[in-house]
Amino acid sequence: MTDATLAAPAPEPVEVQAPRPRPSRAAALPLKWLGVAPFMLFALLFLIMPTIHIVLGAFQTPEGAFTLRNLQGLAVPQVVRPFMLSIKISVLTAGLGCLFGLILAAAVTKGGLPGWIRDAMLTFSGVASNFAGVPLAFAFIATLGRLGLVTVILKEVFGINLAATGFNLISFLGLTLTYLYFQIPLMILIITPALDGLKREWREAAEILGASGSQYWRMVALPVLWPSLLGTFALLFANSFGAVATAMALTGSSLSIVPIILFAQIRGDVLQDPHLGYAIAFGMIVITGIANLVYIVLRTRAEKWIK
Amino acid sequence: MAFLKIEHLEKSFGSTRVVKDFDLEIQKGEFISLLGPSGCGKTTVLRMVAGFETPSSGAIVIDDKDVVALRPNQRNIGMVFQAYALFPNLTVGENVAFGLKIKGVGKDEREARVKEMLTMIGLPDLGNRYPFQLSGGQQQRVALARALAIQPHVLLLDEPLSALDAKIRVSLRTQIREIQRELQITTIFVTHDQEEALSISDRIVVMNGGVAEQVGAPFEIYNRPATRFVAQFVGTLNLIEADVIAPESGTVRIGTTEISLGRPLKPGRVTLACRPEAVSLGLAEGRPLVLHAEIGEVHFLGAVIRVQARAGRTQLSLDTFNRPDTPPPAAGDKVQVSISPADLLVLEA
Repeated sequence: MTDATLAAPAPEPVEVQAPRPRPSRAAALPLKWLGVAPFMLFALLFLIMPTIHIVLGAFQTPEGAFTLRNLQGLAVPQVVRPFMLSIKISVLTAGLGCLFGLILAAAVTKGGLPGWIRDAMLTFSGVASNFAGVPLAFAFIATLGRLGLVTVILKEVFGINLAATGFNLISFLGLTLTYLYFQIPLMILIITPALDGLKREWREAAEILGASGSQYWRMVALPVLWPSLLGTFALLFANSFGAVATAMALTGSSLSIVPIILFAQIRGDVLQDPHLGYAIAFGMIVITGIANLVYIVLRTRAEKWIK
Repeated sequence: MAFLKIEHLEKSFGSTRVVKDFDLEIQKGEFISLLGPSGCGKTTVLRMVAGFETPSSGAIVIDDKDVVALRPNQRNIGMVFQAYALFPNLTVGENVAFGLKIKGVGKDEREARVKEMLTMIGLPDLGNRYPFQLSGGQQQRVALARALAIQPHVLLLDEPLSALDAKIRVSLRTQIREIQRELQITTIFVTHDQEEALSISDRIVVMNGGVAEQVGAPFEIYNRPATRFVAQFVGTLNLIEADVIAPESGTVRIGTTEISLGRPLKPGRVTLACRPEAVSLGLAEGRPLVLHAEIGEVHFLGAVIRVQARAGRTQLSLDTFNRPDTPPPAAGDKVQVSISPADLLVLEA
């Protein structure tokens, strides 16, 4: 080994260049944000501005003066009852949606079924979770209405008269069943990734430590899923609470849930009081906002656990 | 009498046989490593011992009891997984206590045992932390404590170090071995890392294609490989092509050099093999096989210098200790290398 090899290599001459002019932040910004501009515009026009308009309207008289009278109007029985009915339907459809959705999602993710069943169910869920409004109401009337296909089959083939059992599609139970059509698929779509996050090793570790299948679910899997389940429950609650087209198309105005009386206050011929309508909408925003906040908080917690 | 016996174990997935007629006897307190490349069947054997896979045929006997028909939760086996597998919703203490709680051990005894286990793994103050608050090495130590808390008959380690960085791997494998020795627990360790297997095992099972190619102590596996696969898989190997010119005396010709191996050989061409440390740079006493070579790459590894040299058509690796007063050879240097015939293995085709 020679000294020459030990010597540090001579530094290569460095060409000093003048700094290239960088585009100013103001000039770079529009190009970067161009892709999301339509979304931003849409959100501004159809979410943010209407929300601000509603919130301001809830605290204003028709003449534009500040008032709390609209919010006081929420405390009357004609408004409290629809709120309670909406909350009842939302809690019930969210709870049943969570239960059946979890069972179905667990069956396709952890039940050892062929992969195509999972694919088929997720594809169907993607469609069904967005299938609401007039088409859904019509579909249920065509199947479970008084002359619906299933009603007729039950009567003609099995001798079961649905009407005689007291079942009426245009009722609390009917609306609950109809909502479940999109609530269960929504639950499947949301909870499937959480179920996928349950590692096989957790089950095996629990098993080799002596746990049975039910002990594993009780002590590990369900507690791990719990934030996701609660969060999804909150999301399903909000989803049901805000649904109006399905209820309107199915029941007309015979079932007074919040979106329907809100519609009556804004568009109705007899009950029109837009500022009470704003207050009702403000109440809905608060409730769905809380539900969504719960969803976000719990979801974040669940993700921290299973990261 | 072996404590754990695996007899004629077979496993097929569909038409693919992944474990073929596998036999192994393990003494109580012994540390056995299953070593082999990916897909060789080592993890499948381990999972069959755990009960997560059902053998296609064969027996697994632990303490004189065939456990094949038992579910994993009936076998009293501890297992540490590659990906830690700590329950994320439970604290470190609750994780360690999990198996004890399942067994119905009382709270006081449970707490004492958890404390003992956490002290043993060197994490006595982390009982209230959650797994996501621990480093990978800490999580794996907790997983070890959880597996040992139930006082299992057998401990299974499924590549427990492969997700850790190099420094942690070395310290944790030492700790695992110390704990295993202290508790005298029968242990099966699956790894594809030969250095890990060689450094901590009582015996190594080298697997290939679902078959145990060789079972032996690390010294034996490394120095006396039974098959070409074992010789090539474990450690670095120099392969030297030679012509047998006198089969009875085992005399071979390598290039223009002739040397007697002192044992009979089949006539024809043979492949000889030797480890890098069996090749000396320059002439050495007791190493009469001398080859002329040219130095290629020189890798300075700290205490050891690995030198690549070419002797005719034979590429050789040789290891030499670093001596601060003697500079290593440089690329292009013409040197002599010497080998003892006793260090040359004759590989079968």
